[in-house]
Amino acid sequence: MISLNNVHKSYVTGSNSLHVLKGIDLEIKQGEFVSIMGSSGSGKSTLLNILGILDNYDQGSYYLNGTLVKNMSEKKAAQLRNELVGFVFQSFNLISFKNAMENVALPLYYQGVPRKKRNKIALEYLDKMGLLEWAEHLPNEMSGGQKQRVAIARSLISKPKIIFADEPTGALDTSTSYEVMEILKEINNEGITVILVTHEHDIAAMTHKIIRLNDGVIAEIIKNGDLKHWKHQYAKELETA
Amino acid sequence: MFDLDLWKEILSALKKNRMRSFMTAFGVFWGIFMLIVMSGTGRALENGVMDGIKAFASNSAFFWTEPTSKPYDGFQRGRRWNYKNTDIEYIRTHISDVEYLSPRLFGANTRDGDNTIRGKKTGAFNVFGDYPDFFKIDPWSPIKGRLINEIDIRQNRKVCNIGERVVEVMFDEEEDPIGEYIKINGVYFQVVGVVHAETRVNIGGGRKEETIIIPFTTMQKTYNHGDVVHFFSVTSDPGVPVSKVETRLKELLKERHHIAPDDLQAIGSFNIEVEWKKYTGLFTGIQLLTWIVGIGTLLAGVIGVSNIMLVIIKERTQEIGIQRAIGATPGTIITHIVAESVFLTVMAGYIGLALGVGLLELLNMALEAGAQDEVFFRNPEISFTMAVAALAVLVLSGIVAGLIPARRAVSIKPIDAIRDEGI
Repeated sequence: MISLNNVHKSYVTGSNSLHVLKGIDLEIKQGEFVSIMGSSGSGKSTLLNILGILDNYDQGSYYLNGTLVKNMSEKKAAQLRNELVGFVFQSFNLISFKNAMENVALPLYYQGVPRKKRNKIALEYLDKMGLLEWAEHLPNEMSGGQKQRVAIARSLISKPKIIFADEPTGALDTSTSYEVMEILKEINNEGITVILVTHEHDIAAMTHKIIRLNDGVIAEIIKNGDLKHWKHQYAKELETA
Repeated sequence: MFDLDLWKEILSALKKNRMRSFMTAFGVFWGIFMLIVMSGTGRALENGVMDGIKAFASNSAFFWTEPTSKPYDGFQRGRRWNYKNTDIEYIRTHISDVEYLSPRLFGANTRDGDNTIRGKKTGAFNVFGDYPDFFKIDPWSPIKGRLINEIDIRQNRKVCNIGERVVEVMFDEEEDPIGEYIKINGVYFQVVGVVHAETRVNIGGGRKEETIIIPFTTMQKTYNHGDVVHFFSVTSDPGVPVSKVETRLKELLKERHHIAPDDLQAIGSFNIEVEWKKYTGLFTGIQLLTWIVGIGTLLAGVIGVSNIMLVIIKERTQEIGIQRAIGATPGTIITHIVAESVFLTVMAGYIGLALGVGLLELLNMALEAGAQDEVFFRNPEISFTMAVAALAVLVLSGIVAGLIPARRAVSIKPIDAIRDEGI
């Protein structure tokens, strides 16, 4: 599904060059539930953006669903994103002047689906999220959790193979965070690959695989089985702190 | 294809910034408004002036005499002289390229005091002795009766054509002037026609409504002018510039009347062709100026639109980033922004166009309410082609105004756009 081979990425600002990713090798299979963790500046968001074809990389190769993603034209990238990928953001990123239903329907608009049909589909997805009666509301009339659920519905409507979530719970309180994670789990159970970036250990612990980034390289990959042990260790760390 | 979402987006974007959209649109509105109003009034001036002269033969020249300014052939300078019937005959038979030739005598005029009597009514009018050919150079049309004709000339008939003002002064309201007699400078003339001048070009002074025209030959004989001709008009054959004929006639007349060839004063003349060219040039200039100023104003408006679109794009950077993240292609984004810009420009422009035309229409109504023959300003209008051209310019400038910000919007990477925390 996803195959990264020695990927490098630098940000150049003026005369300064910041080497963010220093050779990433990564394989993610269809249906995995992966979280990317790491301290600020470890390159986790950059990695996610490259995976989501929102950003390009300097060296190495990235195959998404068998297609080499490199120096892709904006148009091609946009189509690929539309077909394969759904995004969920920390700040929800809903369009403020469109109501929930229209926001959810937006990806279908770019695919050229007729208005009535896409709104009908959007309502189905909102129903799944338990937000049917909020369909006509504007984003600023909804709570954070509701907004994030609308955003998830929007990311799902184009039937993507992968969902990328950049700190999906970052702006939510604990109980809402757990609700959102439940939804992501359900999505994953339907066979969709979910990749999320987070810095919250409890959130990461709900995923099947944790990729820990440190200073632009993968420090460790913790698989499902190891999680319990890892969680225990983490709790200990907290106690001593 | 009508795309409801596109329009919803455009309207909501514009509505969100009501004041700013309005101010921006006003720039374009004002540009078009100015262009239309200026062009319309310029055209009105042209219509006004050209209406007054367009019926006039544009290939005509006029000759009169002035005292000589140089001694020549035994004559002193300052000699007063006149054209003779023989001059007219000579020109008719010897000079080619002359289409119409019409000699004229000036009779009594309004400055002499009351010169026309009918019963108890008296009036002061300008009296001319003319040939029927004159009506072909400076057109008059009969409102009642007929114009002076060739038979009147040949038989020296004592008949006259009178202007509208003459009828008003000399006749009661319900009276029919045709067949009635009026006494002009002591001689009775029968009115055979009430005439109206088609042009406002005025030769010999006075208002054209206050004119009495009698046959040239009658005038010469009745008022003892001998074989004197005061004035004559010529037109050149089609295709021959009247200036050429004018020069030739001047040379000829100088020779026949013992006037120094280099005497520039003795023969007074006036050439409509030259005036006509001056007018045409003037109005072309006015229209050109109108377009320059109008387009300039419009350009300022368009730059305003482009500017505001840049700001809108900046504010919506994040939104555009999101749209691209969920699958909008750069093409979609560009289409949206350009459509928005074109919409703003065309709406504003259309209102400007409509109000401009409306104002011209009002002006026209006001002018027609106080209509007079003398106005040099009539029918303010713009042509349909001009309106279409203006709209085309608007659409085009809307596209240009939108394209620059649109290109900027898609040049930002989607990820940077999403990260953008507003301003």
